Amino acid sequence: MVSQFLKLEWKSLYRSASFGKSIGIKIFMGLFALYFIVMFLGAGLVLYPGLKKEFPDQEPIYILNNVLFYWILIDLVFRFFFQKLPVMVVKPLLILPVKRSKVVNYVLRKSAVSFFNFLPLFAIVPFGITLLVKNYPVASVLSWMLAVVLTTLIINFLNFIIESFSAETEFSFLPVILLTGGLYALNHFNIVSFNTIVGAGFNAVYENPIYVLAPLLVLVGLYIYNAKLLKQKLFLDSGLKTKVKEVKASNLEWTKNFGDIAPFLKLDLKLIWRNKRTKSSVWMLAMGLLYGLVFYPNPQFKNFEGIYVFVGIFSTGIFLINFGQFIPAWDSAYYKLLMSQNLKYEQYLKSKLTLMAISVGVLFLLGIPYVFFGWKILVAHFAAAIYNVGVNTHVILLGGSFNRKKIDLSQKAAFNYQGTGAVQWLIGIPLLLLPMGIFSLAFFTIGFEVACVIIAVLGIIGVVFHKQFMKAITTKYLQSKYKMIDAFDQDN
Amino acid sequence: MISTINLSKKYAGKQVLNIETLEIPKGQSFGLVGNNGAGKTTYFSLLLDLIKPTTGHIINNEVKVNESENWKPFTSAFIDESFLIGYLTPEEYFYFIGELRNQNKADVDALVNQFEDFFHGEILGQKKYLRDLSKGNQKKAGIVAALIGNPEVVILDEPFANLDPTTQIRLKAIVKDLAETKGVTVLISSHDLLHVTDVCERIVVLEKGEIVKDLETSEATLKELEAHFAN
Repeated sequence: MVSQFLKLEWKSLYRSASFGKSIGIKIFMGLFALYFIVMFLGAGLVLYPGLKKEFPDQEPIYILNNVLFYWILIDLVFRFFFQKLPVMVVKPLLILPVKRSKVVNYVLRKSAVSFFNFLPLFAIVPFGITLLVKNYPVASVLSWMLAVVLTTLIINFLNFIIESFSAETEFSFLPVILLTGGLYALNHFNIVSFNTIVGAGFNAVYENPIYVLAPLLVLVGLYIYNAKLLKQKLFLDSGLKTKVKEVKASNLEWTKNFGDIAPFLKLDLKLIWRNKRTKSSVWMLAMGLLYGLVFYPNPQFKNFEGIYVFVGIFSTGIFLINFGQFIPAWDSAYYKLLMSQNLKYEQYLKSKLTLMAISVGVLFLLGIPYVFFGWKILVAHFAAAIYNVGVNTHVILLGGSFNRKKIDLSQKAAFNYQGTGAVQWLIGIPLLLLPMGIFSLAFFTIGFEVACVIIAVLGIIGVVFHKQFMKAITTKYLQSKYKMIDAFDQDN
Repeated sequence: MISTINLSKKYAGKQVLNIETLEIPKGQSFGLVGNNGAGKTTYFSLLLDLIKPTTGHIINNEVKVNESENWKPFTSAFIDESFLIGYLTPEEYFYFIGELRNQNKADVDALVNQFEDFFHGEILGQKKYLRDLSKGNQKKAGIVAALIGNPEVVILDEPFANLDPTTQIRLKAIVKDLAETKGVTVLISSHDLLHVTDVCERIVVLEKGEIVKDLETSEATLKELEAHFAN
């Protein structure tokens, strides 16, 4: 039976339309995974000698045990956002003569074979081997390693329980943030010292291997509970049901001020607020806005003004980049409708451009507190904002005419590469590197003020020639019309 | 109203549509029948300039469809769910289409309210997004949206599929009314021979992309069509 399931799994992988198509993304994800593996491997290797050197009079394993609590918290948060229990795929199996409990067990066991569960091994195994080489008691080290592996699996199944309870709430990530944040706070303010408790637990396992039964029992308990939860959900009217939310409509009358682009502007705003993919990328805005904090508080960058314009372009243009790179793929689900409707392509594009330009203005205003790190930063950001409005809006719209991949709006945004093609990677060059290059060149040859003026003037030129640019871009879109309709019709 | 001249469409060398000539006069209710892969949807897609013809062209009210966009103001269509915007409520969707067709809210309301019967209380005021409606209800919304803005040509691909019996009967009345009293040219494709003979004055049978029958609907038409498809 299990082999049948595995066969299905394999077929769904290599028969999926995207397999092979987006090799670039696969490589990128591979590199990403490799990066983490190397990091963990490195940690596992240097942990023992490093701890020994820093704290010569303490046992490294006890120090490590004391911080395992933080690892558990971080792992929980990460998994919550990136690991999902694949329940939906079992829908066709329900009416086949397969016992429900078998399906449940299969789904749960499959989840144990996840990258998240293997990652800690890369650190634990080298660390354990080091301990063994240094003649620590074999039984203790092995049982300690087993305990860590069991803990990983406990986190794995705990995550699914948290997910199943938080799935119903509007802000599904709140429970996990509250839980982990609460535990961290209790620990941080010494109300309950969890890190000592967790540490003591692992120490106990190390000192007396019999205690490894404790995490094992917890794991079994969680597994059974998960199975119970999942079994209740395997009905079309409970867990497998797609949720229908009641609409809270707002009429967005104020968009009328924008004249003939109002219908599209309204549509775009609804697009952003009412779909998972777009909604979750709104959170990226906060990230982009705070991006400057990576550089500015750091004294290393104090006299490195070249970076200002880069940060400026990025933090005022984060929405422009996020939203703009997938024009017109956002509308791919109903592109045929738009193409056969009585509409002017230019209005449609202009609405997107207006939205992006407004976002640049708003993000610039929100970023004004950066002046705290020096007035030069504000000046550079202002120039960058003008450049974004004048040049980058047009550049990204033009890039959009090369988009050939459709987007499923109901999917989450994080680590979702659907709709991503070469365009999305290449567009970064003119968007970010070009202004940075121009700025740096002017900065090093002439000076900061002139460099800012040049960037701003380029932006103003873009605004002045807006009509001409739009005409050219519209023609480009019209030329790709049939190709886009055809491409958006296919599942990729 | 609609003339098709030497129209053909090939995909990778395989011919999927080949119509030498087809004239559809104004105000005709025109039915297109044929098995899967006969070219019905391909023809409608060509009519809406969603795909490029390999040879030939269609002239819609003196506008060459694949060269000018001036057919858009008087032509509307509902082909499939990709003509719906899933994250809008039906009302918002109607208003959006209305705005594109220069109709204000009152115009749209007036039109949509005529179809209260047709909606059967399942479309308006439901506080649901289109994507959360059942297939049949989505279709109802799509069909009515295609009637917004007094189009002269209405194209409906398989309008009867997925509809419940009551709604099918109501839809037949709507289509007849459009062609007979309002002079709208209605193009319909269907797998349901009974419905299509009920509604359409003229029925064209497509087979592997070619016209094999062109019938004026009469008492005998249904029998003839059934005989044709039984083979």
